[in-house]
Amino acid sequence: MTVEKIKLMQGNEACVEGAVAAGMRFFAGYPITPSTEIAEISAAKLPRVGGKFIQMEDEIASISAVIGASLAGKKAMTATSGPGFSLKQESIGYAVIAEIPCVIVNVQRGGPSTGMPTSPAQGDVMQARWGTHGDHSIIALYPSTVKEVYDTTIKAFNLAEKYRTPVILLMDEVIGHMREKVVLPREGEIKIYNRKKPTVSPEEYKPYKATDDMVPEMANIGEGYRYHVTGLVHDEFGNPTNNNVTAEELIKRLVNKIENNIDDIVEYEEYKMEDAEEVIVAYGSTARSVKSAIDILRDRGRKIGLFKPITIWPSPKKELELLGKNMKRILVVEMNMGQYLLEVERICRKYTEVKGYGRVNGELISPNEIVSFVEEG
Amino acid sequence: MVFREFRLSGSGGQGLILAGVILAEAALKDGKNVVQSQSYGPEARGGASRSEVIICDSIINYPKIEKCDLLLALTQKAYEKYIDTLKSGGVLIKDDNIEETIKRDDIEVYSVPIISTANNGLKRPMVANIIALGCICEVTKVVTKESLEKSVINRVPHGTEEINKKALYEGYSLIKSKKGKICHEA
Repeated sequence: MTVEKIKLMQGNEACVEGAVAAGMRFFAGYPITPSTEIAEISAAKLPRVGGKFIQMEDEIASISAVIGASLAGKKAMTATSGPGFSLKQESIGYAVIAEIPCVIVNVQRGGPSTGMPTSPAQGDVMQARWGTHGDHSIIALYPSTVKEVYDTTIKAFNLAEKYRTPVILLMDEVIGHMREKVVLPREGEIKIYNRKKPTVSPEEYKPYKATDDMVPEMANIGEGYRYHVTGLVHDEFGNPTNNNVTAEELIKRLVNKIENNIDDIVEYEEYKMEDAEEVIVAYGSTARSVKSAIDILRDRGRKIGLFKPITIWPSPKKELELLGKNMKRILVVEMNMGQYLLEVERICRKYTEVKGYGRVNGELISPNEIVSFVEEG
Repeated sequence: MVFREFRLSGSGGQGLILAGVILAEAALKDGKNVVQSQSYGPEARGGASRSEVIICDSIINYPKIEKCDLLLALTQKAYEKYIDTLKSGGVLIKDDNIEETIKRDDIEVYSVPIISTANNGLKRPMVANIIALGCICEVTKVVTKESLEKSVINRVPHGTEEINKKALYEGYSLIKSKKGKICHEA
Protein backbone atom coordinates (compact mmCIF):
# COMPACT_ATOMS: atom_id res chain seq x y z
CA MET A 1 0.00 0.00 0.00
CA THR A 2 1.24 3.45 -0.81
CA VAL A 3 1.15 6.08 1.90
CA GLU A 4 -1.02 8.44 -0.17
CA LYS A 5 -3.90 6.00 -0.06
CA ILE A 6 -4.36 6.30 3.71
CA LYS A 7 -6.93 9.00 4.23
CA LEU A 8 -9.24 10.51 6.79
CA MET A 9 -12.54 10.10 5.04
CA GLN A 10 -16.20 10.69 5.68
CA GLY A 11 -18.73 7.92 5.00
CA ASN A 12 -20.52 9.96 2.35
CA GLU A 13 -17.18 10.71 0.67
CA ALA A 14 -16.22 7.03 0.70
CA CYS A 15 -19.54 6.28 -0.99
CA VAL A 16 -18.65 8.54 -3.93
CA GLU A 17 -15.07 7.23 -4.07
CA GLY A 18 -16.39 3.68 -4.21
CA ALA A 19 -19.03 4.56 -6.78
CA VAL A 20 -16.52 6.20 -9.11
CA ALA A 21 -14.12 3.27 -8.67
CA ALA A 22 -17.00 0.92 -9.56
CA GLY A 23 -17.59 2.88 -12.75
CA MET A 24 -20.33 5.38 -11.83
CA ARG A 25 -20.41 8.00 -14.55
CA PHE A 26 -23.83 9.56 -13.88
CA PHE A 27 -25.39 10.99 -10.75
CA ALA A 28 -28.74 12.73 -10.49
CA GLY A 29 -30.00 13.92 -7.15
CA TYR A 30 -31.72 16.44 -5.00
CA PRO A 31 -29.79 17.44 -1.87
CA ILE A 32 -31.07 16.37 1.53
CA THR A 33 -29.37 16.04 4.93
CA PRO A 34 -27.61 13.78 5.82
CA SER A 35 -26.83 12.62 2.29
CA THR A 36 -25.96 15.98 0.69
CA GLU A 37 -22.18 15.44 0.65
CA ILE A 38 -22.71 12.53 -1.74
CA ALA A 39 -24.26 14.90 -4.29
CA GLU A 40 -21.69 17.62 -3.58
CA ILE A 41 -18.69 15.36 -3.99
CA SER A 42 -20.19 13.65 -7.05
CA ALA A 43 -20.61 17.09 -8.63
CA ALA A 44 -16.92 17.77 -8.05
CA LYS A 45 -15.62 14.35 -9.10
CA LEU A 46 -17.72 13.21 -12.02
CA PRO A 47 -16.71 15.87 -14.57
CA ARG A 48 -13.06 14.94 -13.92
CA VAL A 49 -13.63 11.36 -15.01
CA GLY A 50 -15.82 12.16 -18.00
CA GLY A 51 -19.06 11.66 -16.10
CA LYS A 52 -22.14 13.81 -15.65
CA PHE A 53 -23.76 15.25 -12.55
CA ILE A 54 -27.17 16.82 -12.60
CA GLN A 55 -29.21 18.33 -9.80
CA MET A 56 -32.83 17.64 -10.68
CA GLU A 57 -35.95 19.47 -9.56
CA ASP A 58 -36.86 16.77 -7.05
CA GLU A 59 -36.24 13.19 -5.98
CA ILE A 60 -38.66 11.60 -8.44
CA ALA A 61 -36.97 13.34 -11.35
CA SER A 62 -33.60 12.23 -9.94
CA ILE A 63 -34.33 8.52 -9.92
CA SER A 64 -35.98 8.87 -13.34
CA ALA A 65 -32.85 10.48 -14.75
CA VAL A 66 -30.77 7.70 -13.20
CA ILE A 67 -32.94 5.06 -14.88
CA GLY A 68 -32.58 6.85 -18.22
CA ALA A 69 -28.81 7.12 -17.86
CA SER A 70 -28.53 3.44 -17.02
CA LEU A 71 -30.58 2.50 -20.10
CA ALA A 72 -28.14 4.57 -22.13
CA GLY A 73 -25.30 2.44 -20.77
CA LYS A 74 -23.94 4.46 -17.84
CA LYS A 75 -23.55 3.21 -14.31
CA ALA A 76 -25.79 5.59 -12.39
CA MET A 77 -26.60 6.46 -8.78
CA THR A 78 -28.79 8.76 -6.74
CA ALA A 79 -28.61 9.55 -3.03
CA THR A 80 -31.21 10.77 -0.60
CA SER A 81 -32.64 10.43 2.89
CA GLY A 82 -36.03 9.30 4.27
CA PRO A 83 -38.41 11.84 2.67
CA GLY A 84 -36.68 11.52 -0.71
CA PHE A 85 -36.56 7.75 -0.42
CA SER A 86 -40.33 7.73 -0.07
CA LEU A 87 -40.68 9.77 -3.25
CA LYS A 88 -38.42 7.43 -5.20
CA GLN A 89 -40.37 4.27 -4.39
CA GLU A 90 -42.58 4.15 -7.47
CA SER A 91 -39.61 4.44 -9.80
CA ILE A 92 -37.63 1.84 -7.85
CA GLY A 93 -40.43 -0.55 -8.80
CA TYR A 94 -40.07 0.57 -12.40
CA ALA A 95 -36.37 -0.27 -12.27
CA VAL A 96 -37.26 -3.67 -10.79
CA ILE A 97 -39.73 -4.67 -13.49
CA ALA A 98 -37.83 -3.08 -16.39
CA GLU A 99 -34.60 -4.62 -15.00
CA ILE A 100 -32.53 -1.47 -14.96
CA PRO A 101 -29.32 -1.58 -12.93
CA CYS A 102 -28.87 1.41 -10.63
CA VAL A 103 -27.87 2.29 -7.08
CA ILE A 104 -30.09 4.22 -4.67
CA VAL A 105 -28.39 5.47 -1.52
CA ASN A 106 -30.49 6.28 1.53
CA VAL A 107 -28.58 7.90 4.39
CA GLN A 108 -31.22 7.44 7.06
CA ARG A 109 -32.32 10.15 9.47
CA GLY A 110 -35.12 10.34 12.01
CA GLY A 111 -38.61 9.95 10.56
CA PRO A 112 -41.45 9.65 9.68
CA SER A 113 -41.80 12.57 7.25
CA THR A 114 -39.09 15.24 7.65
CA GLY A 115 -38.51 13.90 11.18
CA MET A 116 -35.10 14.83 12.56
CA PRO A 117 -32.90 15.88 9.63
CA THR A 118 -29.53 15.83 11.39
CA SER A 119 -30.07 12.79 13.64
CA PRO A 120 -29.43 9.13 12.92
CA ALA A 121 -32.10 6.44 12.65
CA GLN A 122 -32.57 3.03 11.09
CA GLY A 123 -36.27 3.39 10.41
CA ASP A 124 -36.18 2.65 6.68
CA VAL A 125 -35.11 -0.98 6.88
CA MET A 126 -38.56 -2.28 6.00
CA GLN A 127 -39.14 0.49 3.46
CA ALA A 128 -36.01 -0.68 1.66
CA ARG A 129 -37.58 -4.14 1.49
CA TRP A 130 -41.20 -3.30 0.74
CA GLY A 131 -41.29 0.43 -0.10
CA THR A 132 -42.30 -0.07 -3.69
CA HIS A 133 -45.56 -1.82 -4.44
CA GLY A 134 -46.05 -5.21 -5.99
CA ASP A 135 -44.38 -8.52 -5.38
CA HIS A 136 -40.65 -8.26 -5.86
CA SER A 137 -37.31 -9.06 -4.37
CA ILE A 138 -34.72 -6.41 -3.63
CA ILE A 139 -31.05 -6.17 -2.74
CA ALA A 140 -30.18 -3.82 0.12
CA LEU A 141 -26.70 -3.44 1.62
CA TYR A 142 -25.76 -1.68 4.84
CA PRO A 143 -22.12 -0.89 5.76
CA SER A 144 -20.92 0.10 9.23
CA THR A 145 -17.44 1.52 8.74
CA VAL A 146 -16.15 4.11 6.32
CA LYS A 147 -13.98 1.51 4.56
CA GLU A 148 -16.98 -0.76 4.36
CA VAL A 149 -18.97 2.08 2.74
CA TYR A 150 -16.34 2.18 0.01
CA ASP A 151 -16.35 -1.59 -0.51
CA THR A 152 -20.10 -1.95 -0.24
CA THR A 153 -20.78 0.81 -2.76
CA ILE A 154 -18.63 -1.09 -5.26
CA LYS A 155 -20.52 -4.25 -4.40
CA ALA A 156 -23.85 -2.41 -4.88
CA PHE A 157 -22.87 -1.46 -8.43
CA ASN A 158 -21.56 -4.95 -9.15
CA LEU A 159 -24.76 -6.61 -7.97
CA ALA A 160 -26.92 -4.09 -9.84
CA GLU A 161 -25.05 -4.87 -13.06
CA LYS A 162 -24.90 -8.61 -12.51
CA TYR A 163 -28.57 -9.07 -11.67
CA ARG A 164 -29.96 -6.11 -13.66
CA THR A 165 -31.77 -4.72 -10.67
CA PRO A 166 -31.87 -1.61 -8.50
CA VAL A 167 -29.69 -1.99 -5.41
CA ILE A 168 -30.34 0.02 -2.27
CA LEU A 169 -27.39 1.15 -0.20
CA LEU A 170 -28.58 1.99 3.29
CA MET A 171 -26.50 4.12 5.60
CA ASP A 172 -27.38 6.25 8.59
CA GLU A 173 -26.37 9.73 9.70
CA VAL A 174 -23.58 8.36 11.91
CA ILE A 175 -21.91 6.38 9.11
CA GLY A 176 -22.59 9.07 6.49
CA HIS A 177 -21.05 11.88 8.50
CA MET A 178 -18.35 10.26 10.62
CA ARG A 179 -14.76 10.35 9.51
CA GLU A 180 -12.21 7.65 10.09
CA LYS A 181 -9.08 6.17 8.68
CA VAL A 182 -9.43 4.47 5.33
CA VAL A 183 -6.83 2.59 3.34
CA LEU A 184 -8.07 2.51 -0.24
CA PRO A 185 -7.17 -0.36 -2.53
CA ARG A 186 -5.13 0.35 -5.61
CA GLU A 187 -6.67 0.28 -9.06
CA GLY A 188 -6.55 -3.25 -10.32
CA GLU A 189 -7.25 -4.60 -6.84
CA ILE A 190 -10.93 -3.84 -7.27
CA LYS A 191 -13.24 -6.37 -8.87
CA ILE A 192 -15.69 -4.78 -11.28
CA TYR A 193 -18.69 -6.45 -12.86
CA ASN A 194 -20.30 -5.03 -16.00
CA ARG A 195 -23.73 -5.86 -17.40
CA LYS A 196 -23.93 -8.50 -20.11
CA LYS A 197 -24.17 -7.02 -23.57
CA PRO A 198 -26.14 -8.64 -26.43
CA THR A 199 -24.43 -11.53 -28.16
CA VAL A 200 -26.86 -11.41 -31.08
CA SER A 201 -27.63 -8.92 -33.85
CA PRO A 202 -30.24 -6.16 -33.34
CA GLU A 203 -32.69 -8.15 -35.47
CA GLU A 204 -32.44 -11.22 -33.26
CA TYR A 205 -32.27 -9.34 -29.94
CA LYS A 206 -34.97 -10.03 -27.36
CA PRO A 207 -34.37 -7.55 -24.53
CA TYR A 208 -36.20 -9.56 -21.89
CA LYS A 209 -35.26 -13.08 -22.87
CA ALA A 210 -33.61 -14.65 -19.86
CA THR A 211 -30.34 -16.45 -20.28
CA ASP A 212 -29.27 -19.42 -18.11
CA ASP A 213 -28.77 -17.25 -15.04
CA MET A 214 -32.25 -15.70 -15.44
CA VAL A 215 -30.72 -12.29 -16.31
CA PRO A 216 -31.33 -10.94 -19.83
CA GLU A 217 -28.59 -9.32 -21.92
CA MET A 218 -28.82 -5.54 -21.94
CA ALA A 219 -28.29 -3.31 -24.96
CA ASN A 220 -27.59 0.39 -24.53
CA ILE A 221 -30.24 2.67 -25.96
CA GLY A 222 -28.68 4.31 -29.01
CA GLU A 223 -26.55 1.35 -30.03
CA GLY A 224 -28.94 0.23 -32.76
CA TYR A 225 -30.85 -2.22 -30.61
CA ARG A 226 -34.40 -0.84 -30.66
CA TYR A 227 -36.70 -2.05 -27.93
CA HIS A 228 -39.58 -1.10 -25.73
CA VAL A 229 -39.14 -0.40 -22.01
CA THR A 230 -42.20 -0.32 -19.80
CA GLY A 231 -43.43 -0.61 -16.25
CA LEU A 232 -46.19 -2.90 -17.50
CA VAL A 233 -45.84 -6.64 -17.45
CA HIS A 234 -44.16 -7.46 -20.74
CA ASP A 235 -43.03 -10.30 -23.00
CA GLU A 236 -39.49 -11.09 -24.16
CA PHE A 237 -39.60 -8.19 -26.61
CA GLY A 238 -40.55 -5.73 -23.90
CA ASN A 239 -44.07 -5.31 -25.24
CA PRO A 240 -46.93 -5.03 -22.72
CA THR A 241 -49.09 -8.08 -22.23
CA ASN A 242 -51.85 -9.34 -19.97
CA ASN A 243 -51.05 -12.95 -20.71
CA ASN A 244 -51.30 -14.80 -17.38
CA VAL A 245 -48.59 -17.31 -18.18
CA THR A 246 -46.12 -14.59 -19.24
CA ALA A 247 -46.97 -12.52 -16.16
CA GLU A 248 -46.37 -15.42 -13.78
CA GLU A 249 -43.10 -16.30 -15.50
CA LEU A 250 -41.84 -12.73 -15.43
CA ILE A 251 -42.62 -11.98 -11.79
CA LYS A 252 -41.20 -15.31 -10.64
CA ARG A 253 -38.04 -14.81 -12.66
CA LEU A 254 -37.55 -11.30 -11.25
CA VAL A 255 -37.84 -12.68 -7.73
CA ASN A 256 -35.86 -15.86 -8.32
CA LYS A 257 -32.91 -14.24 -10.08
CA ILE A 258 -32.21 -12.73 -6.65
CA GLU A 259 -33.60 -15.28 -4.19
CA ASN A 260 -31.90 -18.23 -5.94
CA ASN A 261 -28.55 -16.47 -5.72
CA ILE A 262 -28.61 -15.55 -2.04
CA ASP A 263 -25.25 -17.18 -1.40
CA ASP A 264 -23.64 -14.95 -4.01
CA ILE A 265 -25.37 -11.83 -2.72
CA VAL A 266 -25.20 -12.29 1.04
CA GLU A 267 -22.31 -10.82 2.98
CA TYR A 268 -21.98 -10.62 6.74
CA GLU A 269 -19.43 -10.21 9.50
CA GLU A 270 -19.13 -12.17 12.71
CA TYR A 271 -17.39 -10.81 15.81
CA LYS A 272 -16.26 -13.02 18.69
CA MET A 273 -18.61 -15.81 17.65
CA GLU A 274 -16.12 -18.69 18.11
CA ASP A 275 -17.48 -19.88 21.48
CA ALA A 276 -20.57 -17.69 21.69
CA GLU A 277 -23.70 -18.96 23.38
CA GLU A 278 -25.70 -15.80 22.75
CA VAL A 279 -25.61 -13.49 19.76
CA ILE A 280 -26.59 -9.91 19.05
CA VAL A 281 -27.78 -9.16 15.52
CA ALA A 282 -27.05 -5.57 14.51
CA TYR A 283 -26.17 -3.63 11.38
CA GLY A 284 -24.88 -0.19 10.37
CA SER A 285 -23.63 2.16 13.06
CA THR A 286 -25.45 0.18 15.78
CA ALA A 287 -23.14 -2.78 15.08
CA ARG A 288 -20.22 -0.58 16.18
CA SER A 289 -21.87 0.05 19.56
CA VAL A 290 -22.59 -3.66 19.85
CA LYS A 291 -18.92 -4.54 19.26
CA SER A 292 -17.90 -2.23 22.11
CA ALA A 293 -20.64 -3.74 24.29
CA ILE A 294 -19.44 -7.25 23.50
CA ASP A 295 -15.90 -6.34 24.55
CA ILE A 296 -17.27 -5.19 27.92
CA LEU A 297 -19.51 -8.26 28.31
CA ARG A 298 -16.67 -10.63 27.38
CA ASP A 299 -14.49 -9.04 30.06
CA ARG A 300 -17.23 -9.95 32.50
CA GLY A 301 -17.16 -13.56 31.34
CA ARG A 302 -20.18 -13.61 29.08
CA LYS A 303 -19.92 -15.77 25.94
CA ILE A 304 -21.55 -13.42 23.47
CA GLY A 305 -20.86 -12.41 19.88
CA LEU A 306 -22.13 -10.23 17.04
CA PHE A 307 -23.73 -11.26 13.77
CA LYS A 308 -23.72 -8.29 11.43
CA PRO A 309 -25.53 -8.67 8.12
CA ILE A 310 -24.00 -6.37 5.48
CA THR A 311 -26.54 -7.66 2.98
CA ILE A 312 -29.74 -7.03 4.89
CA TRP A 313 -32.04 -7.88 1.93
CA PRO A 314 -32.36 -10.59 0.90
CA SER A 315 -31.77 -11.57 4.51
CA PRO A 316 -29.09 -14.18 5.28
CA LYS A 317 -31.70 -16.84 6.03
CA LYS A 318 -29.35 -19.82 6.12
CA GLU A 319 -26.95 -18.15 8.54
CA LEU A 320 -29.73 -16.82 10.77
CA GLU A 321 -31.36 -20.23 10.88
CA LEU A 322 -28.08 -21.75 12.04
CA LEU A 323 -27.81 -19.14 14.78
CA GLY A 324 -31.35 -20.00 15.81
CA LYS A 325 -30.38 -23.64 16.18
CA ASN A 326 -27.10 -23.02 18.02
CA MET A 327 -27.67 -19.99 20.23
CA LYS A 328 -29.38 -19.90 23.61
CA ARG A 329 -30.71 -16.47 22.78
CA ILE A 330 -30.74 -14.01 19.88
CA LEU A 331 -30.93 -10.28 20.56
CA VAL A 332 -31.63 -7.70 17.86
CA VAL A 333 -30.42 -4.15 18.54
CA GLU A 334 -31.46 -1.41 16.12
CA MET A 335 -32.37 2.29 15.92
CA ASN A 336 -36.04 1.61 15.24
CA MET A 337 -38.87 -0.10 17.04
CA GLY A 338 -38.12 -3.60 15.87
CA GLN A 339 -38.04 -3.76 12.07
CA TYR A 340 -35.26 -6.29 11.49
CA LEU A 341 -36.44 -8.02 14.64
CA LEU A 342 -39.48 -9.10 12.60
CA GLU A 343 -37.25 -10.83 10.07
CA VAL A 344 -35.03 -12.47 12.70
CA GLU A 345 -38.12 -13.63 14.59
CA ARG A 346 -39.61 -15.04 11.41
CA ILE A 347 -36.54 -17.18 10.83
CA CYS A 348 -35.33 -18.00 14.36
CA ARG A 349 -38.32 -17.95 16.67
CA LYS A 350 -39.12 -21.60 16.19
CA TYR A 351 -35.65 -22.57 17.43
CA THR A 352 -34.76 -20.13 20.19
CA GLU A 353 -35.67 -17.01 22.16
CA VAL A 354 -35.52 -13.78 20.16
CA LYS A 355 -35.60 -10.37 21.84
CA GLY A 356 -35.29 -6.86 20.51
CA TYR A 357 -33.98 -3.55 21.77
CA GLY A 358 -34.77 -0.37 19.89
CA ARG A 359 -34.28 3.34 20.26
CA VAL A 360 -35.90 6.16 18.27
CA ASN A 361 -34.74 9.36 19.99
CA GLY A 362 -32.21 10.40 17.35
CA GLU A 363 -29.17 9.17 19.25
CA LEU A 364 -26.90 6.25 18.52
CA ILE A 365 -27.45 3.46 21.04
CA SER A 366 -24.53 3.39 23.48
CA PRO A 367 -22.48 0.33 24.47
CA ASN A 368 -23.48 0.71 28.15
CA GLU A 369 -27.14 0.67 27.21
CA ILE A 370 -26.61 -2.57 25.31
CA VAL A 371 -24.67 -4.09 28.21
CA SER A 372 -27.58 -3.30 30.57
CA PHE A 373 -30.08 -4.75 28.12
CA VAL A 374 -28.10 -7.98 27.84
CA GLU A 375 -27.47 -8.32 31.58
CA GLU A 376 -30.96 -7.43 32.72
CA GLY A 377 -33.01 -9.35 30.23
CA MET B 1 -2.70 11.71 31.51
CA VAL B 2 -3.69 10.03 28.25
CA PHE B 3 -6.01 12.15 26.16
CA ARG B 4 -8.32 9.89 24.17
CA GLU B 5 -11.67 11.64 23.87
CA PHE B 6 -12.10 15.26 22.80
CA ARG B 7 -15.32 17.24 22.70
CA LEU B 8 -15.24 20.61 20.89
CA SER B 9 -18.38 22.60 21.59
CA GLY B 10 -19.85 25.96 20.75
CA SER B 11 -22.38 27.36 18.36
CA GLY B 12 -22.97 26.60 14.68
CA GLY B 13 -20.71 28.62 12.37
CA GLN B 14 -17.73 28.71 14.73
CA GLY B 15 -15.97 26.03 12.72
CA LEU B 16 -15.90 23.37 15.41
CA ILE B 17 -16.66 20.53 13.04
CA LEU B 18 -13.76 21.63 10.85
CA ALA B 19 -11.55 21.91 13.95
CA GLY B 20 -12.45 18.31 14.83
CA VAL B 21 -11.62 17.16 11.31
CA ILE B 22 -8.25 18.92 11.41
CA LEU B 23 -7.38 17.44 14.82
CA ALA B 24 -8.37 13.96 13.62
CA GLU B 25 -6.36 14.30 10.43
CA ALA B 26 -3.29 15.43 12.36
CA ALA B 27 -3.55 12.39 14.63
CA LEU B 28 -3.91 10.17 11.57
CA LYS B 29 -0.70 11.68 10.16
CA ASP B 30 0.96 10.77 13.48
CA GLY B 31 -0.05 7.16 12.89
CA LYS B 32 -2.95 7.01 15.34
CA ASN B 33 -6.42 5.59 14.92
CA VAL B 34 -9.09 8.25 14.86
CA VAL B 35 -12.82 8.74 14.57
CA GLN B 36 -14.40 12.14 14.18
CA SER B 37 -18.12 12.67 14.46
CA GLN B 38 -20.43 15.58 14.98
CA SER B 39 -23.76 16.69 16.23
CA TYR B 40 -25.52 19.79 15.05
CA GLY B 41 -28.94 21.27 14.50
CA PRO B 42 -30.64 22.10 11.20
CA GLU B 43 -29.43 25.75 11.33
CA ALA B 44 -26.53 26.95 9.15
CA ARG B 45 -25.46 29.39 11.88
CA GLY B 46 -26.31 29.53 15.56
CA GLY B 47 -27.75 26.60 17.42
CA ALA B 48 -25.63 24.16 19.37
CA SER B 49 -22.77 22.47 17.55
CA ARG B 50 -20.27 19.93 18.73
CA SER B 51 -17.58 17.86 17.18
CA GLU B 52 -16.08 14.80 18.79
CA VAL B 53 -12.72 13.21 18.16
CA ILE B 54 -11.40 9.92 19.51
CA ILE B 55 -7.66 9.38 19.18
CA CYS B 56 -5.99 6.14 20.26
CA ASP B 57 -3.72 3.28 19.24
CA SER B 58 -6.38 0.56 19.10
CA ILE B 59 -9.49 -0.05 16.99
CA ILE B 60 -12.36 2.34 17.65
CA ASN B 61 -15.81 0.82 17.44
CA TYR B 62 -18.35 3.02 19.21
CA PRO B 63 -17.71 6.34 17.45
CA LYS B 64 -19.36 8.66 19.96
CA ILE B 65 -18.20 10.04 23.27
CA GLU B 66 -19.97 9.82 26.57
CA LYS B 67 -17.37 11.30 28.95
CA CYS B 68 -14.49 13.29 27.49
CA ASP B 69 -10.87 13.85 28.55
CA LEU B 70 -10.81 17.33 27.07
CA LEU B 71 -13.64 19.77 26.64
CA LEU B 72 -13.36 22.89 24.52
CA ALA B 73 -16.19 25.35 25.10
CA LEU B 74 -16.54 28.52 23.04
CA THR B 75 -19.96 29.62 24.29
CA GLN B 76 -21.57 29.88 27.70
CA LYS B 77 -24.39 27.60 26.56
CA ALA B 78 -22.01 24.90 25.36
CA TYR B 79 -20.00 25.14 28.59
CA GLU B 80 -23.09 24.69 30.72
CA LYS B 81 -24.40 21.87 28.59
CA TYR B 82 -21.21 19.80 28.51
CA ILE B 83 -19.19 20.59 31.64
CA ASP B 84 -20.66 17.56 33.40
CA THR B 85 -19.46 15.31 30.57
CA LEU B 86 -15.82 16.08 31.38
CA LYS B 87 -14.09 13.23 33.18
CA SER B 88 -12.66 13.78 36.62
CA GLY B 89 -9.04 14.86 36.09
CA GLY B 90 -9.90 16.11 32.61
CA VAL B 91 -9.06 19.45 31.03
CA LEU B 92 -11.44 22.27 30.21
CA ILE B 93 -10.30 24.88 27.70
CA LYS B 94 -12.85 27.66 27.61
CA ASP B 95 -13.09 31.08 26.07
CA ASP B 96 -12.40 33.67 28.75
CA ASN B 97 -15.79 35.27 28.12
CA ILE B 98 -17.42 32.25 29.64
CA GLU B 99 -18.34 32.61 33.27
CA GLU B 100 -17.49 29.58 35.34
CA THR B 101 -20.95 29.13 36.79
CA ILE B 102 -20.47 25.47 37.66
CA LYS B 103 -17.43 25.00 39.87
CA ARG B 104 -15.60 21.71 39.63
CA ASP B 105 -12.45 21.18 41.67
CA ASP B 106 -11.56 17.88 40.01
CA ILE B 107 -10.61 19.33 36.62
CA GLU B 108 -7.89 21.51 35.15
CA VAL B 109 -9.19 24.74 33.63
CA TYR B 110 -7.64 27.00 31.01
CA SER B 111 -9.52 30.21 30.43
CA VAL B 112 -8.17 31.64 27.19
CA PRO B 113 -8.98 34.80 25.20
CA ILE B 114 -9.70 32.76 22.07
CA ILE B 115 -12.51 34.78 20.53
CA SER B 116 -11.09 38.19 21.41
CA THR B 117 -7.69 37.21 19.95
CA ALA B 118 -9.44 36.22 16.72
CA ASN B 119 -11.59 39.36 16.62
CA ASN B 120 -9.12 42.00 17.86
CA GLY B 121 -5.63 40.54 17.49
CA LEU B 122 -5.96 38.82 14.13
CA LYS B 123 -9.07 40.74 13.01
CA ARG B 124 -10.56 37.55 11.60
CA PRO B 125 -13.34 36.07 13.78
CA MET B 126 -13.36 32.94 11.62
CA VAL B 127 -9.99 31.74 12.91
CA ALA B 128 -11.15 31.24 16.51
CA ASN B 129 -11.41 27.51 15.83
CA ILE B 130 -7.78 27.32 14.72
CA ILE B 131 -6.58 29.33 17.73
CA ALA B 132 -8.47 26.82 19.88
CA LEU B 133 -6.71 23.95 18.11
CA GLY B 134 -3.35 25.56 18.92
CA CYS B 135 -4.37 25.71 22.59
CA ILE B 136 -5.51 22.06 22.59
CA CYS B 137 -2.25 20.92 21.02
CA GLU B 138 -0.09 22.96 23.41
CA VAL B 139 -1.94 21.68 26.48
CA THR B 140 -2.37 18.00 25.56
CA LYS B 141 0.49 17.32 23.10
CA VAL B 142 -1.92 14.82 21.58
CA VAL B 143 -0.66 15.55 18.08
CA THR B 144 2.68 16.78 16.78
CA LYS B 145 2.80 20.41 15.74
CA GLU B 146 4.17 19.34 12.38
CA SER B 147 1.13 17.17 11.61
CA LEU B 148 -1.31 19.74 12.96
CA GLU B 149 0.13 22.48 10.79
CA LYS B 150 -0.01 20.25 7.72
CA SER B 151 -3.62 19.35 8.27
CA VAL B 152 -4.61 22.96 8.95
CA ILE B 153 -3.08 23.95 5.60
CA ASN B 154 -4.75 20.97 3.94
CA ARG B 155 -8.25 21.72 5.20
CA VAL B 156 -8.69 25.51 5.30
CA PRO B 157 -9.99 27.43 2.24
CA HIS B 158 -7.47 28.45 -0.41
CA GLY B 159 -5.95 31.83 0.26
CA THR B 160 -6.40 31.66 4.05
CA GLU B 161 -3.39 29.45 4.78
CA GLU B 162 -1.19 32.21 6.21
CA ILE B 163 -3.77 33.73 8.53
CA ASN B 164 -4.71 30.26 9.79
CA LYS B 165 -1.07 29.37 10.41
CA LYS B 166 -0.73 32.59 12.37
CA ALA B 167 -3.85 31.70 14.34
CA LEU B 168 -2.41 28.30 15.19
CA TYR B 169 0.83 29.86 16.51
CA GLU B 170 -1.24 32.37 18.44
CA GLY B 171 -3.01 29.44 20.09
CA TYR B 172 0.30 27.84 21.13
CA SER B 173 1.62 31.07 22.59
CA LEU B 174 -1.58 31.89 24.50
CA ILE B 175 -0.93 28.74 26.51
CA LYS B 176 2.87 29.03 26.64
CA SER B 177 2.81 32.63 27.83
CA LYS B 178 0.36 31.54 30.57
CA LYS B 179 -2.06 34.17 29.31
CA GLY B 180 -4.52 31.39 29.15
CA LYS B 181 -4.00 29.78 32.51
CA ILE B 182 -5.78 31.50 35.30
CA CYS B 183 -7.45 28.65 37.04
CA HIS B 184 -6.66 25.80 39.34
CA GLU B 185 -5.10 22.46 38.49
CA ALA B 186 -6.70 19.18 39.29
